[in-house]
Amino acid sequence: MSDRLAVRKTYKLYLNGAFPRSESGRTYEVTDARGGFLANAAQASRKDARDAVVAARAAFGTWSGATAYNRGQVLYRVAEVMEGRHAQFCEEVAAGEGLSSSRARAAVDAAIDRWVWYAGWTDKLGAVLGGANPVAGAYFDFSLPEPTGVVAVLAPQRSSLLGLVSVLAPVLAGGNTAVVVTSRARPLPAVTLGEVLATSDLPGGVVNLLTGDAGELGPWLAEHDDVDAVDLAGAPADRAMELERLAAGSIKRVVRPPAEEPDWSADPGLGRLTPFLETKTVWHPMGL
Amino acid sequence: MTHVLDPGAPAAAVPPRREPPAPYRDVTRSDAAFRAFLHGLPGVDQVGAEARTAVLATRSIKTTAKAWAIDTAISMIDLTTLEGADTPGKVRSLAAKARRPDPTDPTCPPVAAVCVYGDLAGVAREALSGTGINVAAVATAFPSGRASRAVKLADVRDAVANGADEIDMVIDRGAFLAGRHRDVYDEIVAVREACGDAHLKVILETGELVTLDNVRRASWLAMLAGGDFIKTSTGKISPAATLPVCLVMMEAVRDFRAATGRQVGVKPAGGIRTTKDAIRHLVLVNEVAGPDWLTPDWFRIGASSLLNDLLLQRQKLHTGHYSGPDHVSVD
Repeated sequence: MSDRLAVRKTYKLYLNGAFPRSESGRTYEVTDARGGFLANAAQASRKDARDAVVAARAAFGTWSGATAYNRGQVLYRVAEVMEGRHAQFCEEVAAGEGLSSSRARAAVDAAIDRWVWYAGWTDKLGAVLGGANPVAGAYFDFSLPEPTGVVAVLAPQRSSLLGLVSVLAPVLAGGNTAVVVTSRARPLPAVTLGEVLATSDLPGGVVNLLTGDAGELGPWLAEHDDVDAVDLAGAPADRAMELERLAAGSIKRVVRPPAEEPDWSADPGLGRLTPFLETKTVWHPMGL
Repeated sequence: MTHVLDPGAPAAAVPPRREPPAPYRDVTRSDAAFRAFLHGLPGVDQVGAEARTAVLATRSIKTTAKAWAIDTAISMIDLTTLEGADTPGKVRSLAAKARRPDPTDPTCPPVAAVCVYGDLAGVAREALSGTGINVAAVATAFPSGRASRAVKLADVRDAVANGADEIDMVIDRGAFLAGRHRDVYDEIVAVREACGDAHLKVILETGELVTLDNVRRASWLAMLAGGDFIKTSTGKISPAATLPVCLVMMEAVRDFRAATGRQVGVKPAGGIRTTKDAIRHLVLVNEVAGPDWLTPDWFRIGASSLLNDLLLQRQKLHTGHYSGPDHVSVD
């Protein structure tokens, strides 16, 4: 029996490479699956979302300008650091999602493997999704995928780590920067992921993690003129249509939410990489 | 002393001696008297100044007040480009932006002035004719001020001849810090004469003055010498315009008007990049000097990137959603 005082945790946001409190000063209680207190998390406001977009825009040049090989290395490094936090992730996933320890471990293993899988894709996208086009004319014509820009991601509400990794890693692998609204009820694996990202060579601002309510922040991000795409994976089911309509105002790329949260352990394929890539085609005149 | 610009000029042209306004007629009589006066000014409590500005910076300006503040700040901007790579084309595009900062919104006010180097003042003059927007030119060997007085005065006359309505001069910080206050004073007086009808803004370059006490002394010196505006910085030195420096300068112009009846303007320049910074300065002006200074005639903000941030905030207020840098012009 220890007579130490409990260290009660109040987590903060991960924004522009730093860990600020919410501009609004709000926090909320995070509980485990049975309702027991786990920690306090910052409740992000629309101004935090605005600051996150500014940070993501500023980081876009560096991240999209890095070589695909370098991006792959950095993402692999993230997976390495996640592996070092394996036990902590397992504990948080088990508590938040109410899983047995073996199922939590399986989810964390799958999340880290998923991250490694996407890290491997960075320098293969050009070959798989681009290529030379046969055209009827004296041109060397080729297409290549380029990142869309700043992507706002509403992370899945139920699967707090595997789901988060499954929507975030493809955005990064393509060279985009991200503003992520985490699962509201289960934000702790995302908070830990923020600590992982901060210590793994990822430039500040490439990923910004906002713990809070997707219903509150979603409209601001969907309507924001400087956001290029939104992934509505974790949007409230009854509001996806409204968010899509708001996103149309600035012709964003939109990934619609599935009717029901899918089984994230299935093979992801390229379905979450391609929506955030733009195809650039070059017509290069050839001498006759 | 002869100089190369005008070898035929009398060797020692008698500098114009202009008396400072009453009740300070006597303070420039000798270096000793001037020094006694400037060092007799009340000392600045630096911790107090920082605390006061920190408290004022917490004021929350929202909705209609914010809309007013944004439009006021836009109308107070001296839209500035002071790069070695400036071209007539860049100045013309800046002038176009000065006239219609937000081309999609005709209710957006124009800025107060366009600030350029003296050789480009003519280009700016032509591009802004008939708009009511002033042309400001930096002169006197900006930004260092390290040139002989003859060169500085020629620089000023050249800029005025090119059509500048306002001259931004730099003081000789070396002389000021060495205690040669009368040299600094005489130089400002000479430049004032050379300006003719043009308004004179005196740049103190507070980043090189080290202490807030020196900022207060330099402010008084510049006002006694006849400056129409006192300006914090060239923008080439960091720190530039900070709130405590601005506070001290606002107090100086307030006290000077109370003592002499003459109102002097203030222009912070450099380092004001966000709407929040600009609004904090407006709050400071209102609280320290008073609403008399809250017009473009008496308060200016020297800036370039600030304007875009103000426009983004303005668009946010009008449309209800956040705008992005794709929706304002790249300078």
